[in-house]
Amino acid sequence: MELSGGEIVVQSLIDEEVEFLFGYPGGAVLHLYDAIFHQQQVKHILVRHEQGAVHAADAYARSTGKPGVVLVTSGPGATNAVTGIATAHLDSIPMVIISGQVGTPVIGTDAFQEVDMVGITRPCVKHNFLVKNIADLAETMKKAFYVATTGRPGPVVVDVPKDVTDPSIKIPYVYPEEVVMRSYNPIIKGHSGQIKKAVDLLLNAKRPMIYSGGGVVLGEGSAELIEFSKLLEFPVTSTLMGLGAYPATDEQFVGMLGMHGTYEANMSMHESDVIIAIGARFDDRVTGKLEEFCPYAKFIHIDIDPSSISKTIQVDVPIVGQVTEVLREMIVLIKSSNIVMDQKALEAWWSQVNKWRDLHCLEYDRNSDIIKPQHVVEQLYEVTNGEAYITSDVGQHQMFAAQFYHFDKPRRWINSGGLGTMGFGLPAALGVKLAHPDSDVACITGEASIQMCIQELATATQYRTPVKVINLNNRYMGMVRQWQEFSYESRYSESYMDTIPDFVKLAEAYGHVGMQIEKPADVRPALEEAFAMKERLVFMDFLTDRTENVFPMIEAGKSHHDMKLRSPSDKELS
Amino acid sequence: MRHIISILIENEAGALSRVAGLFSARGYNIESLTVAPTEDETLSRMTVVTGGSDRVIEQITKQLNKLIDVVKLIDLVESTHVERELMMVKVKTSNETREEVKRLSDIFRGKIIDVTSASYVIEMTGVSDKLDAFVAALDDESVIEVLRSGPMGMSRGEKGLHL
Ligand SMILES: Cc1cc2nc3c(=O)[nH]c(=O)nc-3n(C[C@H](O)[C@H](O)[C@H](O)COP(=O)(O)OP(=O)(O)OC[C@H]3O[C@@H](n4cnc5c(N)ncnc54)[C@H](O)[C@@H]3O)c2cc1C
Ligand SMILES: Cc1ncc(C[n+]2csc(CCOP(=O)(O)OP(=O)(O)O)c2C)c(N)n1
Ligand SMILES: [Mg+2]
Repeated sequence: MELSGGEIVVQSLIDEEVEFLFGYPGGAVLHLYDAIFHQQQVKHILVRHEQGAVHAADAYARSTGKPGVVLVTSGPGATNAVTGIATAHLDSIPMVIISGQVGTPVIGTDAFQEVDMVGITRPCVKHNFLVKNIADLAETMKKAFYVATTGRPGPVVVDVPKDVTDPSIKIPYVYPEEVVMRSYNPIIKGHSGQIKKAVDLLLNAKRPMIYSGGGVVLGEGSAELIEFSKLLEFPVTSTLMGLGAYPATDEQFVGMLGMHGTYEANMSMHESDVIIAIGARFDDRVTGKLEEFCPYAKFIHIDIDPSSISKTIQVDVPIVGQVTEVLREMIVLIKSSNIVMDQKALEAWWSQVNKWRDLHCLEYDRNSDIIKPQHVVEQLYEVTNGEAYITSDVGQHQMFAAQFYHFDKPRRWINSGGLGTMGFGLPAALGVKLAHPDSDVACITGEASIQMCIQELATATQYRTPVKVINLNNRYMGMVRQWQEFSYESRYSESYMDTIPDFVKLAEAYGHVGMQIEKPADVRPALEEAFAMKERLVFMDFLTDRTENVFPMIEAGKSHHDMKLRSPSDKELS
Repeated sequence: MRHIISILIENEAGALSRVAGLFSARGYNIESLTVAPTEDETLSRMTVVTGGSDRVIEQITKQLNKLIDVVKLIDLVESTHVERELMMVKVKTSNETREEVKRLSDIFRGKIIDVTSASYVIEMTGVSDKLDAFVAALDDESVIEVLRSGPMGMSRGEKGLHL
């Protein structure tokens, strides 16, 4: 088979069984778009802004485990994609981003729509390639998918100059079955000696904790995590990125940890004597003040990336390996071990953990006559039976979503944790809905975030992706306002927008259904009505309490046992 | 502490900027960096001299290893090794100083590789301390230009850094 460069790129996507290509055309990729026109296997999704393409493909990847694929043109198309690429990079999401480039003869001459894409993206990709020769194209595509999806996943950029895709130059096409890269060999199996040490430590623990992270989701380790945790009967906490890998409704789950984690999760971490971190990277939102993080604990850390280990916190038993492999090996060892666990200590530990739980740190005022954002998320959880895919933007609404939608399965909670990219939620919801057309998909957002990628409402019209937008409209950049309230004596500098669009009309202008909900009593019926409209995108504008804050909160530079809690007058303890 | 990290890396366009970019993005310091192709032209060898606490050095080597193009690396300071740096110094000379500079260069086993009526270029190799000492021994006024390659090194014994 003789193919042009443009056809080789498209054929390689077909060979990789890519379902959707999220993109936006332009001069440098016209040959490529012509090749797309001539085939049916890969469905192109035309977004309204390249950032939306990357977020949608990223969320497709997060919700399926398959790589997300993007095509953008050179110059402004490429730079528009960068925020999305950085978002995927910080959360370790497998993606292949193909960017057009000016022709090889003019590279470096400040040609029309030229930017050094390989240079610009170097710090925010797992790897990138500039393909200067058509003969390297197929193999580079193979390498891109291989690197993106193996080891610690991440985005890979393939920059393709226009002349390399010239339709008049054809070469024989062979897509490599596999690639071997002498410089890249991800470690899969953990070190047996270390695993044994870890198991000994775990079985002798008196106040143990399981601290699970996004790596369990990325590595498909949910089943192993559950078996491991059930075997040991230890309390389980999760990072924002790990939510769903361990069922939130299970008795052993003590909620999210970190800055807006639960009282019980953070106190348990603080007092714990043995902590096993599984696919979690001791992020600063989790640790708070490093010197005071878990002062009594010995740490075991399972991670596929050696550089995640002992990066911020020195650990005692590092285990480099794929989460499923390592957990399986641990499970076997635990089952065959003759160490007798200190049941008395463990019972005492659980009763302490339950005491912290009894504080009900997430309680809020349920009698308010203004809609509380927590109430909306709780009702959403009930109306969707806890089974929806939830995407989110960034801000207070994101934290309320994480705290009040109890994810029982992995890959259902889709949010930008590492970069915290406002604008992620809506395009992400579209990517998820395309992947899971028969499931409920809701985007929990805020009136500021939603405006950052609002143009994708048009994409939703074109591809009939009937997601539900849950706009927790507090007329503030709530998260910013909260910090200003606590740390800047309520000087709300620029955290308020003087004009906010009429979201109902806006939704209608795009051909969708818009609703505005003002009263707590209307929340439930409105949600039911919206979710009954299976074929429609419904934009639900909930006017929520302007002054609501997210609690608990560990303020910057504070440690886990030093949490700011909602004042008792603010909540009605049930 | 000073560390000498010796890296085998794919000889690809941009490989150098990946390494240099890593150091600047993560705020690690680079004292010197040398790079050249090896006997196998698909590979380059880089030597980075850097400093930092043990934890920082551990992160540096992990982050370098994580670069997809890096094939292998060693921290030479972890075992016994030999190291050399090349230096060229251009010095002003006059009838009175010419002999004196030559004698000094001989003591340090330097070679004079260019002579004019008013200058010498002296070539010298050695460990960095020795080169420092030579420059310090010269009369400040007479030094026109000092050019140093940065150190490179190899572990002692039969083991080597190769594929
Ligand atoms: C407004 C805001 C507030 C936030 N508040 C909080 C908060 O209160 N609590 C909180 O937890 N986070 C919070 N975050 C998110 C935070 O910034 C980090 O994104 C998050 O804590 C990182 O999660 P993680 O440690 O699970 O790591 P991830 O970023 O998910 O990284 C995964 C880790 O697993 C490893 N890994 C990947 N694949 C595998 C595999 N197959 N096997 C083994 N290991 C693997 C990776 O190498 C990496 O080290 C907040 C973010 C925002 C925007
Ligand atoms: C692109 C981008 N710009 C700025 C920020 C900083 N930021 C974090 S949260 C936030 C406010 C979000 O407001 P809104 O979407 O209304 O959510 P709320 O906190 O009110 O729920 C801002 C500005 C960000 N995370 N991303
Ligand atoms: Mg808001």
